[in-house]
Amino acid sequence: MDFFLLSLVKAGVVAAVLLTTLAYLQWVERKVIAHIQLRMGPSRVGPHGLLQPLADVIKLITKEDLIPPHVNKFLYLLAPFLAMTMALISISIIPFGGEIEVFGTKTWMQLTDLNIGVLFILAASSMGVYGIALAGWASNNKYALLGGLRSSAQMISYELPMSLAIAAPLLLLNTLSLREIVQMQSGYAFGIVPRWSVFQGPFPQVISFFVFLIAGFAETNRIPFDLPEAENELVAGFHTEYSSMKFAAFFMAEYANMITIAAMTTILFLGGWHPIFPAAYGADFVAPLIFAIAAGVCFYHGLHPARRFDRITLPVFGFVFAAMAAAFLIPALHDALIPLFWFAAKTGFLLFVFIWIRGTLPRFRYDQLMNFAWKFLFPVALINLLVTGLMVALF
Amino acid sequence: METFSFYAFAVLVLGGAILTITRRSAVHSAISLIVSLVGVAGLYLLQQAEFLFAVQIVLYIGGIMVLFLFVIMLVNLDEAAKERQFNGQWLIALICATVVGLQVAWFMTKGAGALKLAQVPVAAAQTGAPVSPGNVEAIADVLFSEYLLPFEVASVLLLVAVVGSVVMAKKRI
Amino acid sequence: MSVDDAIRFLPELILILAATLIMVCDPLTSTHRKSTLAVLAFVALLAALAATAYSSTDPGKAFFGMIVVDGFATFFRAIVIVVGLLTVLSSNRFLEREGANSGEFYALLLFSISGQSMMAASNELIILFIGLEISSIASYVMAGFLRDDSRANESALKYFLLGSFASAFLLYGIALVYGVTGATNLSDIGSRMQPDSLLGGVAAALMFVGFGFKISGAPFQMWAPDVYQGAPTPVTAFLSAGPKAAAFAVFVRVFTVAFGNIGDRWEPLIWISALLSMTIGNFAALGQTNVKRMLAYSSIAHAGYVLVAITARSESGVAAVMFYLGAYALMNVGAFTVVGHISRKGERYLRVEDLSGLGVRQPLTAAMFSIFLLSFIGVPLTAGFFGKFYIFKAALQSDLIWLTVLGLLNSAVAAYYYLRVLVVMYMQEPGEAVNEVEPLSPALRLSLICSAAGTLILGIFPSGALHFAVKSAVLK
Repeated sequence: MDFFLLSLVKAGVVAAVLLTTLAYLQWVERKVIAHIQLRMGPSRVGPHGLLQPLADVIKLITKEDLIPPHVNKFLYLLAPFLAMTMALISISIIPFGGEIEVFGTKTWMQLTDLNIGVLFILAASSMGVYGIALAGWASNNKYALLGGLRSSAQMISYELPMSLAIAAPLLLLNTLSLREIVQMQSGYAFGIVPRWSVFQGPFPQVISFFVFLIAGFAETNRIPFDLPEAENELVAGFHTEYSSMKFAAFFMAEYANMITIAAMTTILFLGGWHPIFPAAYGADFVAPLIFAIAAGVCFYHGLHPARRFDRITLPVFGFVFAAMAAAFLIPALHDALIPLFWFAAKTGFLLFVFIWIRGTLPRFRYDQLMNFAWKFLFPVALINLLVTGLMVALF
Repeated sequence: METFSFYAFAVLVLGGAILTITRRSAVHSAISLIVSLVGVAGLYLLQQAEFLFAVQIVLYIGGIMVLFLFVIMLVNLDEAAKERQFNGQWLIALICATVVGLQVAWFMTKGAGALKLAQVPVAAAQTGAPVSPGNVEAIADVLFSEYLLPFEVASVLLLVAVVGSVVMAKKRI
Repeated sequence: MSVDDAIRFLPELILILAATLIMVCDPLTSTHRKSTLAVLAFVALLAALAATAYSSTDPGKAFFGMIVVDGFATFFRAIVIVVGLLTVLSSNRFLEREGANSGEFYALLLFSISGQSMMAASNELIILFIGLEISSIASYVMAGFLRDDSRANESALKYFLLGSFASAFLLYGIALVYGVTGATNLSDIGSRMQPDSLLGGVAAALMFVGFGFKISGAPFQMWAPDVYQGAPTPVTAFLSAGPKAAAFAVFVRVFTVAFGNIGDRWEPLIWISALLSMTIGNFAALGQTNVKRMLAYSSIAHAGYVLVAITARSESGVAAVMFYLGAYALMNVGAFTVVGHISRKGERYLRVEDLSGLGVRQPLTAAMFSIFLLSFIGVPLTAGFFGKFYIFKAALQSDLIWLTVLGLLNSAVAAYYYLRVLVVMYMQEPGEAVNEVEPLSPALRLSLICSAAGTLILGIFPSGALHFAVKSAVLK
C-alpha cells in the first residue's frame, strides 16, 4: 500500500480513538471521583451518563466565544492552540503494539518511530508550558498571570527530576527509540519475571518509576500539583479568561498530557505491550477472560436490575463485552488485539491512578511544592541515576 | 523541498531575531526569540542532527526561555519600557553597522576563491565505512573522547556562574 | 585520561578542587576565622605553582591536543598564580576592613585563576573560550563583591555587560574560524589557514575585538577606568594583572600559531590599536586626580606597549611580551596594593593629594610605591626598564620605526604623572589621610616586599627570566 495512504489511515484511526478517549476519560474521571465520594456521578444523559461527553461538547461549542477587550489578542488566541498542539503531537510516536499484517500489508502499530523518540516527547512536553504561561500573560488578569507564573516555575522544576528519571532506564535499554525501548523489554527472567525496566537487573528502576510518575503529575498540573488553576485561590488560574472551545482546548490538552504521561510510563518502565507473564502460562487468555467476566456481570445485573432501564442497557453492554471477548479469540485479530490490550490495560491503570489520587489527596502548598521538587525528588533521581550508571558499568 | 525548508527556517531565525531587538514589549521580544530558536532547531534537523534539534528545543526553548519569560512576567517590565531609552545614538550605530556590513559583503564578493569553507574530512564516506551510527551515538563518541576536557570543564563554568549569581543576589551570604 | 594528561592539567585541577573545598568549608568556619580560608587558598596556590613547575619538566600535549604544556604556558601559568598569591595576601586585610571577608571571595579567586591558567595552556579554541569565561565570570562577581557599595555595583555591571558583549564577538570569530578551516585546534587551524583567506581575516578581526576587550586595548578600553576605579582595590590589582596576562597569552598564541599565515592582514589592526592604547592611556592619565583611575589609564597604556611587541610578529617580540607582562604583573599588583592600603575603610582616600607626606609617615610603604612607579616609567634598575627595552628592541628589529618612536614619546609623557605622585609623596607635608594610616599588616608587608623584590630582581638580573622567555617563545 502507498506509504502516504497508509500513514493517513493510521493517523485517522489514532486521532479518532484518541479524541474519543479524551472525551470519555473525563466521563471516567467523574464517575470514579463520584464513587470515591459515594455519589452516583453523571447518570442523566444516556445510560449511566454515557452520553455526557457528547452533551459537554455540544455545550462548549454553542457557548458564546468571548474575547475580553483588554487581552493581547494574538497571544490570547495562540495559547490554547499551542497547548493543544503540543499535547497531541506526542501521541504520534507512541507505539501501541508490535508489527501487524492488515490486508497483506505489514505495518507497526505506531504512527512513526523516531530515533530520538524520548527526547521528542520531552521537547513536546517542554513546549507545552508555553500554552499555559502565555495564556496567563495574554489574559491581562492577575489571577491568570499568577497561574501562568506558577505553572512555568513548576514545570521547569519538575522537568529536571523527570529527565533524570527517564535517563536511568535509558542506561539499561541503551536506545532512544520508543519502539526499540519496548522491544528491549521483551522476554522473561527465570521464565516468569518480565524484563520490564521496573524489574530488570542490574538495578530495577522502581525509584525512577515513582519519580517519573510524580513528576508527571506535576507536568500535567494534576492534583496534588494543580496550583496553576487552584480554584479556591486563583479563581480558575491561567484559563480564567477563556470560554467556549478555547477553554475546551486547555481541558483537552490536560487530558492528552495525562494520556501521554501514562503511555510513556508504560513504555519506559512497564514493558509497553508485553504481557505481564509469558504466553506459555496463558497470558493470551487474560483479555478474553476479563471481557467474559464483564459480560457475565452485566448479564447478572441485567437480570436483577436496580433501575428500570438497566433491564435493557446492561444486557446490551453484556453482548458488547462478550463480542469483544470473542474477538480476542479469533486468530486473525489475535496478534493485533492482544498487545493492544496489554498496552491499554497498563495505560488505563495508570490513568486510574491519576484519578484515584485526585480523589484522595489535598493540594500542595507552593513552598512545599518547590521544596519537594528540589530538595527531595531531584536528589533522589540523581542518586538513582548514579547508582544505575554504576551498576550498568559494573555488570 | 530541502532548499525550501532551509529558507523557511532561515526566515524564522532572522525574522525572529529582528523582532527580538525591535519589539518594545519584553514578552514579545522573548517570544520572537523563541521563534528564532525554533528556526535554529529546524536548521539542525535539516543537517540531520536530530540530537541537537531535540536538545535545542528541550534546553533553550523549554528551559532557558521559560525562565526568561518567567522573570519578565514576574518583574513587570512595562514600566521600564515607558522610560527613556538609551538608544539616542542609533544613527551612529546604524552607520557603524552599515560600514561593517559593507566590509563583510565586500570580503564575501571579493572572489569566490577567497571564500573557501572547510573541506570537511569525509573519510568515512570515501572509504565506504559502515552505515554511520545515529547522531546521538556520534555526538557521544566525540564528546566523551576527544572533547572530554571541555565537556567536563564546562561544568566548572556553570558552577562559577551559580556561585557568582548567589553571591551577587542573595541578601545574606 | 592518562596519568600524563592529568599531570599536565594538574595546576587547574588543584585550583578547582581547592575552590570547591573552600566553599564547602565556608559555612563551617565562623565569621571571625575566615582568614583560615585565605590560608587554604594560599596553600592551594602554592601547590598549583609547584604543580606548574613539576608539569613543565615533561612538556607536551594533553587531552587530544586540547592542552599544551610548553615554556610559554608554564610562564603564564606562573604569572597568574603568583598574581593570585599576591592578591590573597593583600585582600584578606582589605576584606576584613570592609566587613566582607568570606570564603566565596577566595573560591571565586581560585576559580578565576584556574580559568586563566587554562587559557595560558589552551591549544584549542573551545577550551580557550571556556577558560576565558570561567576567568571572566568569576572576576565580574569579584568586581562587585562589596555589594553595598554603589561604585562596586556599577563596576561589576559595566564589566559584565561589556565583557559578555566582547565574548560574543570572540565566539563569532571562533565560529568563522571553524567555518574557514574546519578545526578548533590551533595547530590545525594554522596549517589549514590559506594566506589569502579573507574570511580568516574577518575572523581574526572579530577575535581581536574579544581579546582587545580583555586586555583593555584601545579602542575597546572604555570600560577599564570605571571598572578599575569601582572594584575593591585588591580585585582591581588582580583584574589588571591576572586576566590581562592570561588574555595576552591566548592572544599571542592564537595570533602566532593559528593566524600566523595571515599575519599581514592583522598587523595593521594591532599597529593602530597599540598606538591608540598608548596615546589614550597616557594622555588620559595626565589629568586624573584619583590614583586608582590614573593607574587604570596607565594600565591601558601598558597594554599598548605590549601590543607593540605583538605587532613585531617575531620570536623576540613574543619573548618581550612575556618578560614585560611578568614585570608588569608584579609592579601593578604592588602599586594597587599600596593604594588599597592607603585608601582605608570605604576607600575614602584615593586622591593623589591623599598620598602627601607618605614618605615621612611610612617610609617603607612609600619606598616600595616609588619602586613600582619608577618601574612603570621604565627607569633603569627596575623591571619596567628592561621590559620596555626588549619591546622596542623587538619592534625595531621588525622595522616598526614609527611605532617605536611614538611609543618612546609616550613613555616620556607617562613619566610626568608618575613623577607627580612621587613628588606628592615625598615633598609635601603629611595630610589628614596619611596621618591616620595604620601600619602595614604582616601579610601586606610580605606581599609588597615580594612584588618590590621581584621588580628589582627582574630589573637588575633580567637575564634568567629573559633567557627562559626567549627559549619558550617558539610557539608551534
